[in-house]
Amino acid sequence: MSRIGVFTCHCGENIGATVDCVKVAEMCKDIPGVVHSVEYKYMCSDPGQRQMQEAIKEHKLDGVVVAACSPRMHEPTFRRAAGDAGINPYMCEMANLREHCSWVHEKGEATTQKAADLIRVLVEKVKHNEPLHPIKVPVTRTAMVIGGGVGGIQVALDIANGGHKVVLVEKSPSIGGHMSQLSETFPTLDCSQCILTPRMVEAAQHPNITLMTYSEVEKVDGFIGNFKVTVRKKARKLDEHLCTGCGLCIQKCPNKKISDEFNEGLGTRTAIYVPFPQAVPNKPVIDTLNCTYYKTGKCKVCEKMCPTNAIRFDQEDELVTLDIGAIVLATGFKLMKTDAFPEYGYGKHKDIIDGMQFERLASASGPTSGVMKRPSDGRSPETVVFIACSGSRDRAKGVPYCSKICCMYTAKHAMLYKHKVHSGKAYVFYMDIRAAGKDYDEFVRRAIEEDEVKYIRGRVSKIYEEDGKLIVMGADTLMGGEPVVIKADMVVLATAVQSNDRSEELAQTLHVSYDSYGFFAEAHPKLRPVETNTAGIFLAGACQAPRDIPETVAQASGAAAKVVGLFSNEELTREPIVAVVNRQAAPVYSTCVGCFICQGACPYQAIEQEEIMARSGEVIMTLARINPGLCQGCGTCVATCRTKAIDLQGFSNEQLYAELMTL
Amino acid sequence: MRVLRVPCTGRIDYMMVLKALHKGADGVIVSGCHPNDCHYTSGNYHARRRWMVFKKMMEVMGVDMRRITFSWVSAAEGARWAQLVNEVTDQVRALGPYTEFRQVIGAGIE
Repeated sequence: MSRIGVFTCHCGENIGATVDCVKVAEMCKDIPGVVHSVEYKYMCSDPGQRQMQEAIKEHKLDGVVVAACSPRMHEPTFRRAAGDAGINPYMCEMANLREHCSWVHEKGEATTQKAADLIRVLVEKVKHNEPLHPIKVPVTRTAMVIGGGVGGIQVALDIANGGHKVVLVEKSPSIGGHMSQLSETFPTLDCSQCILTPRMVEAAQHPNITLMTYSEVEKVDGFIGNFKVTVRKKARKLDEHLCTGCGLCIQKCPNKKISDEFNEGLGTRTAIYVPFPQAVPNKPVIDTLNCTYYKTGKCKVCEKMCPTNAIRFDQEDELVTLDIGAIVLATGFKLMKTDAFPEYGYGKHKDIIDGMQFERLASASGPTSGVMKRPSDGRSPETVVFIACSGSRDRAKGVPYCSKICCMYTAKHAMLYKHKVHSGKAYVFYMDIRAAGKDYDEFVRRAIEEDEVKYIRGRVSKIYEEDGKLIVMGADTLMGGEPVVIKADMVVLATAVQSNDRSEELAQTLHVSYDSYGFFAEAHPKLRPVETNTAGIFLAGACQAPRDIPETVAQASGAAAKVVGLFSNEELTREPIVAVVNRQAAPVYSTCVGCFICQGACPYQAIEQEEIMARSGEVIMTLARINPGLCQGCGTCVATCRTKAIDLQGFSNEQLYAELMTL
Repeated sequence: MRVLRVPCTGRIDYMMVLKALHKGADGVIVSGCHPNDCHYTSGNYHARRRWMVFKKMMEVMGVDMRRITFSWVSAAEGARWAQLVNEVTDQVRALGPYTEFRQVIGAGIE
């Protein structure tokens, strides 16, 4: 007969307000097998845990049910406490009274009854629990960082400085990300390139960091500590070891009219190019879609010019498989384009630009060398209108969230413009000014008070072109909704921050969750913000939600600390929630008939064929065997098995049916 | 509503659904990650495949399929989950107790 203890938690008011915990504890005393049942205000607190441990010893309990919050929250806590008190940790289960009962029901008799029922189910499960022992797995002390923006660079540097190897994968030809495109940064107005490029060079030269630029993650197998990642190294069409980065090929390339991505379409580049002069690595790439040789079969000017004969027109993509212990996602964001706004002309007016295009116009390394010229005719704009919340907080655009960075960069843009065009007028249309951050509000005040930027609270309903001017029709809601019409030379839309292209695809490759906007989901919004639900995969920066640079860098260092912490273990312990094929003594051996349907169903290739041999050495049967190092415990094989020869430890048929029959 | 925790929809043996109805449940929800988003790579595809067969078989046997709901809800969709549970419980409540189940299944499951 089992000796089970039930510990009911009030969780302060969370459970206690709707469930009569004292009564629940009383009711649980009548469940067969339960020898001890108490309630306490906070079971997870130190005295709560101690109370449980003392009861285990005093009443010689062999199983424990903690009726509290979600097992996602505190299962490890209570299992550890139970283990410390001398019973096997896996003899402890949690009944989720908070999420499954008290939070979703109103106070009443039925709610209390349901709470008792939930406990009854788990008591039945514990009766069928078996002691389990954690599985030890080795850990590969190499991290992979996906995304080479400021977040990815910070993660890579921090892990590398912690003494571990890092592979930094970046899809574009250079690391640097969005930050390398910015002119100045808020709230200090320091030059973005000046603070970022030393970091980029440091990352490239660090002995522990391997850069893989122009590369993308193709496939991820394995699990925490033991990932196998396949990376596609896209063909640069040149031998990186021979190329010295002299740039002669770029100078001589005849195809010079290609829209430049780095300058957001405001400038041009050649078919063989480096994205920007400070690129790391400073090795060009041939854009095969636009290269004359790939289109017509003739040209090869770059090959003739190259002093080291580094050009390789026949180079193919290369697939590299790496052993990786932990992965950090730092893939960043993208901005909504101006063509998403019918009311502002679908992006057909050249002088309606987005924030990133403005950055390039203002940047000393940009297409105008930092001189304010409007894109259509190159004239200096005398009046500029900035529209905050373009797309953000707008359900009609599918972006109900706040993009967070726009209030600040719009203030910065208006300031930069006023610093460059002293006689110019700058107007900002806004919904709210959200300037929460160190020195942020002061920065916005400075734009308004010192640089005399006119802030108008209201939306812009329409922009149209008339005599070379953009007529901006808005409203001033602080003046009772008075219509405002401004004849502008240029309009800058602070467009919404969105999840990056193909982020959902990447999330599916890595098996991490993502929200409905394509941002990667953290394991817990408050307490585990840099971890994903998949062990060994971490998050940094705007791939999780809109973030500015200081937040991204802080989160990056946080993620790096998690990785270094993980790598400080000699070996990792894994939950023993794995499937097992039953085995019996000869001559039966197993109820497995060797059909191997399970082998096809297993997503982890964890099922092997074991040959059972007679003493003569003759193979008498072939049975399935599960490698506990590879098994992740999904249980798909269990449901697939036709002879019920496989069972999942911790979620066995016996346990689940016992629970079901008590419902 | 009572919740039975399994690691993955792939773990679900549809016999469990029948057992639940047999034990007196008036409706059952089977729910897990969306296709392509499986935490365990592909468990939900296997669950979906088995569900198609199971559903057909139950229809042939005359089980009221309004009693069994299969729906994908991700861990990041709390509001959607609440909505689903409310809808299903309202529907099942409107249908009343599922007393016909034992007659439909007969003595086979006893």
